[in-house]
Amino acid sequence: MAGNVSITLQNTDEGRAIIEAISSDNEAATVNVYPSMTKIDCPNRLVVRRESIEINMGRAFDLQELQLSLVSLAGNVDEDDDEFVLAWNR
Amino acid sequence: MTVDIKTTSVQPRRNTFAHIARRLGSDKPASRYEEATYDMQPSANFHYRPTWAPEFEIFDRSRTKVVMDDWDALKDPRQYYYGAYTIARARMMESTEKNFAFVDKRQAFNKIDADWRALLELYIVPLRHFEWGANMNNCNITDLGYGAAITQATMYATMDRLGNAQVLSRIGLLLDNQSGESLTRAKAVWMEHLAWQPIRQMVENSLVLDDWFEQFIAQNFVFDVLMYSLVFGAFDEEGQNRGAAAVSLLTEFLTDWHDETTRWVDFVITRVAKESPANASKIRDWIVEWKAVALTALEPLACEILGEGSVAALEIAEQKLDARMAKFGISERESV
Repeated sequence: MAGNVSITLQNTDEGRAIIEAISSDNEAATVNVYPSMTKIDCPNRLVVRRESIEINMGRAFDLQELQLSLVSLAGNVDEDDDEFVLAWNR
Repeated sequence: MTVDIKTTSVQPRRNTFAHIARRLGSDKPASRYEEATYDMQPSANFHYRPTWAPEFEIFDRSRTKVVMDDWDALKDPRQYYYGAYTIARARMMESTEKNFAFVDKRQAFNKIDADWRALLELYIVPLRHFEWGANMNNCNITDLGYGAAITQATMYATMDRLGNAQVLSRIGLLLDNQSGESLTRAKAVWMEHLAWQPIRQMVENSLVLDDWFEQFIAQNFVFDVLMYSLVFGAFDEEGQNRGAAAVSLLTEFLTDWHDETTRWVDFVITRVAKESPANASKIRDWIVEWKAVALTALEPLACEILGEGSVAALEIAEQKLDARMAKFGISERESV
């Protein structure tokens, strides 16, 4: 569907904590679980928050560690220390 | 442009154990920590009461005065199960080993002022006996506590305290050229030196507490916050001025450990206090009681090491304790 942004992560222990954080922060997100990876689609805008990942993972998390679990993403990235935002610039 | 990844997939019948799925309300993959923690506590079909305490079941919720509807709510925010815990500590120890090697190789201890060196041996090596008391207290909490969420974490705390004692002992060995004499002296100081006796008494009194959650509050909150603020805050700062910067490098492990453990202790106490006003007031009473004991007990040692500076150091320690207490949603004043 056009207008969706998406992020795909590995189904590892770390990945799951990130997925859990993303789905609790983005109500509109659809989570599709595939073998070994999970693809999250969300209309227009999706936010990945460091703080919620830390709560789910139980340790301090540097948002750049996201890359280690990341398989693929679609959308324009706007990133700072606390948030990683995917959106379409229109 | 969107790239859609398409795959065919076989859905697993279930993603976690049934009792975990029932608890979390859905069958999503649970973390290792959740699987190793939830509902691990045996709760039924106890045939015999323990002969050493027949008024209780073997596992009994009423061994503490605080009441929880669900003891599994006291999760460890660090999510330590065996694997995660050992990996985290191994990492911390690795950097500590490097620091020890560094200090040893550069002979950094030679820079310490002679008079401070004597004081250093007076406060830092006997502290290993305090750590041992903390180990025993957490052992007892693990024994009597209810629910794997809390007892799992207190078990790791027992290991942590032995590790802390070990780091302190190794500082002693650096001070006495690996002869072990400083450890013997430290034992004598712990048993006989006047400045340490109130602390030893406090620790020994905490060892025989009946209520395991009171023990948790006394040791893991009150004693630790005050003692660590004093030793690794005020004493350490004074040491920096007297050429003992190398000691800070070696005790970095304990400071890091304390910061990390704070998250867990704060979470547990906050959660129990939130459960009911009765719990909150029990916790407040315990904190007030043990704070008074601990502040009096620490005073002679603080005076011995810092002299006039001890008043300010104890005040800072107390402020730290009060600030954390405020985070639990309880304050000292309401207890009147």
